Amino acid sequence: MTRRNFGATLAVLLSACFAGAAFAGTGQPTPWQMNMQTPVTEMAEFLGTLHNSVNIVIGLISAFVLLLLVIVVVRFNEKANPVPSKTTHHTGLEIAWTLIPALILVAIAIPSFRLLTMQIQLPKADITVKAVAHQWYWSYEYPEDQGGGFGFDSYMLPREDAEKANQPALLAVDNELVLPAGKTVVVQVVGGDVIHNFAIPSFGVRMDAVPGRLNQTWFKTDKEGIYYGQCSRLCGANHAYMPIAVRIVSAEKYAAWLTEAKKKFASNDAQPIALAANE
Amino acid sequence: MAHAATSHDTHHGDPTGWKRWVMSTNHKDIGTMYLIFAIIAGLVGGFLSIAMRLELQEPGLQYFTNPQTYNVFVTGHGLIMVFFVVMPAVIGGFGNWFVPLMIGAPDMAFPRMNNISFWLLPAAFALLGISLFVEGAPGSNGFGGGWTVYPPLATMGHPGPALDFGILSLHLAGASSILGAINFITTILNMRAPGMTMHKMPLFAWALLVTAFLLLLSLPVLAGAITMLLTDRNFGTAFFDPANGGDPILYQHLFWFFGHPEVYIMILPGFGIVSHIISTFSKKPIFGYLGMAYAMVAIGAVGFIVWAHHMYTAGLALNTQRYFMFATMVIAVPTGVKIFSWIATMWGGSIRFTAAMQWAIGFIFLFTVGGVTGVVLSNAGLDRNLHNTYYVVAHFHYVLSLGAVFSIFAGFYYWFPKMSGRIIPESIGILHFWVAFIGANVLFFPMHFTGLSGMPRHYVDYPDAFAGWNRISSYGSYIFAAGLLIFFYGILRAYMSPVRAANNPWGEGATTLEWTLSSPPPHHQFDTLPRFSGSGH
Repeated sequence: MTRRNFGATLAVLLSACFAGAAFAGTGQPTPWQMNMQTPVTEMAEFLGTLHNSVNIVIGLISAFVLLLLVIVVVRFNEKANPVPSKTTHHTGLEIAWTLIPALILVAIAIPSFRLLTMQIQLPKADITVKAVAHQWYWSYEYPEDQGGGFGFDSYMLPREDAEKANQPALLAVDNELVLPAGKTVVVQVVGGDVIHNFAIPSFGVRMDAVPGRLNQTWFKTDKEGIYYGQCSRLCGANHAYMPIAVRIVSAEKYAAWLTEAKKKFASNDAQPIALAANE
Repeated sequence: MAHAATSHDTHHGDPTGWKRWVMSTNHKDIGTMYLIFAIIAGLVGGFLSIAMRLELQEPGLQYFTNPQTYNVFVTGHGLIMVFFVVMPAVIGGFGNWFVPLMIGAPDMAFPRMNNISFWLLPAAFALLGISLFVEGAPGSNGFGGGWTVYPPLATMGHPGPALDFGILSLHLAGASSILGAINFITTILNMRAPGMTMHKMPLFAWALLVTAFLLLLSLPVLAGAITMLLTDRNFGTAFFDPANGGDPILYQHLFWFFGHPEVYIMILPGFGIVSHIISTFSKKPIFGYLGMAYAMVAIGAVGFIVWAHHMYTAGLALNTQRYFMFATMVIAVPTGVKIFSWIATMWGGSIRFTAAMQWAIGFIFLFTVGGVTGVVLSNAGLDRNLHNTYYVVAHFHYVLSLGAVFSIFAGFYYWFPKMSGRIIPESIGILHFWVAFIGANVLFFPMHFTGLSGMPRHYVDYPDAFAGWNRISSYGSYIFAAGLLIFFYGILRAYMSPVRAANNPWGEGATTLEWTLSSPPPHHQFDTLPRFSGSGH
């Protein structure tokens, strides 16, 4: 039966799906990747683990349904079973296929509620930064009482410039959001014109940037490096061209960067955010 | 339009020529017009999606030099497929054709209202077409803000009149659907043949009854939301403008209060169609009839209280997200009841693998795949990394493009002999199924991978890392499109062949009333009401 071959193919696909984590990149996607990007925060790790578990559950459910269909096709076709049965009720079965799925859902919901709480309940912030989204760039603001007192715009690098700098095209930006490792960072996300979305897959962070609304999200990572995300709410023509790049550095480097950035971006400070930082 | 002009039943002056169609009050003729309309709109919507896949086959900009035009295509594809393909096909098309036949009624309750329901649609479609060619965002034509039409992108982001045409188009399409819903509810509640109690009514009629209630209760909310948008755009109100005390999130709540029931509106009739096909070709009555009927009622009812699961990243409070997550997961239970009852119907059956049956079995499996990824997405915590990625695109195309659309093709191959009196060779329908099945899976399965690895939706261009799976997806879309050629060839063959369909071409398993009539049925059926003596279930 062709249907059986299809089942085998699907099984291969599904198992490849679970194995996909092995290929995942850090901070950015890699070619032919099949699972989430490598998590670098506790929250993203929890998210990834929960997803992999739920993925196995739904894989098994799909395989079970497929198996039943294959059995039905093989055993109850016209040739194999010329006389149909008359059974149209089975109370036990009907109770079972109502209750068992409900129990599976409860089992998924328990850890899932914990993950949700972790995401939404903000811990005490070590550092707060503000991300303002515009058509089509991000502006980041560092508050004065944390050694900042400046803000700057962050634009995507054109493809040629990114390639020259050996950075991923469409992800690399001119001014990255620089933050220290090991600190709890709260990001205030606001929309400057239309709705945008601040998303960093390897942090497990995704928050709409809505005009007139102060949304907050948080992350904390010990791993230094550069982590990319992309605007995840349709925001007009250049929706695909306003990535988010976060560079996580050591505390010392962060302090040094703050001093330098304060000078570099001083002139941006009190102005309305404009095209100043555009290359 | 020749295809239903086969009635020779003109003894009391049935209308002929253009009057038969334009002024039609006949549920079968109107159903036929709905189906032809859906096929034409489907070609337009399909063309838009092929253009999108062509663009996405490689990173960089190939065909859309203005990325905004790509957004317009995405938006057009969504609106057309939802409002002008799936809904007209399953509700206006199959619903009009088979609800009266199945419940033993001579026609719909309000035949003239049925006429206006249909004729509002081409007008709505024309308005949407016009909207593609007038200015939207500054410097480019058409509205490119997605089928959800979120402000402020839909207000300050598109100052041109394109969206005003779009809103009026949705108003007309909505009015058409509301009138249709009133018609179906009245017909089903009042015009069942003697002896056909609600609990003996065929599941397709149940599905349409639930769908009609969903339409009636949800569409006015959409109409309200887009009217507020219209006045925000043109008359200086500020419902959704934060600068003047409005709130863009309010629009999202209103839209999804309609939008979530809408997805069940698209799939519930498919549930009904598949139930009949599975039962017919297994030669067994449907398993757990009451459970099946009330599972649809439950899905419809719960479908109204889960809307904010589309808004997990909007910044909703923790408790709000907890509630919507829990409520959403509940829907998996009645859906599971349906899947397992279909399998139990086949279990012990004597199955004939006609084209319709293969489409229906394909539907069950693909809908399961789309359903379980829905369980993943219902978890607000997991959705944090999946919201607005291609994982969501994969999910809703598995339940709609491979769910609702497969049910439409299943229904078409099942009922085509009844509607036209002609026969599409089974081998053509089966070939079409396998080409579409392979094409759709090659097209949509890799989207799970790009989504998991972080590719956002609505992107005209993407980082090079996503190139591999996107190329595969594009190939899949061409395979699926090739399947459509087979479909049209099948219809052509049916009209070229002298073979005519019997009253009941499907044998003992086909027990609903439409199979007791001639193929095609007379222009007016059930002049004397049939007395329904079915034993129930």
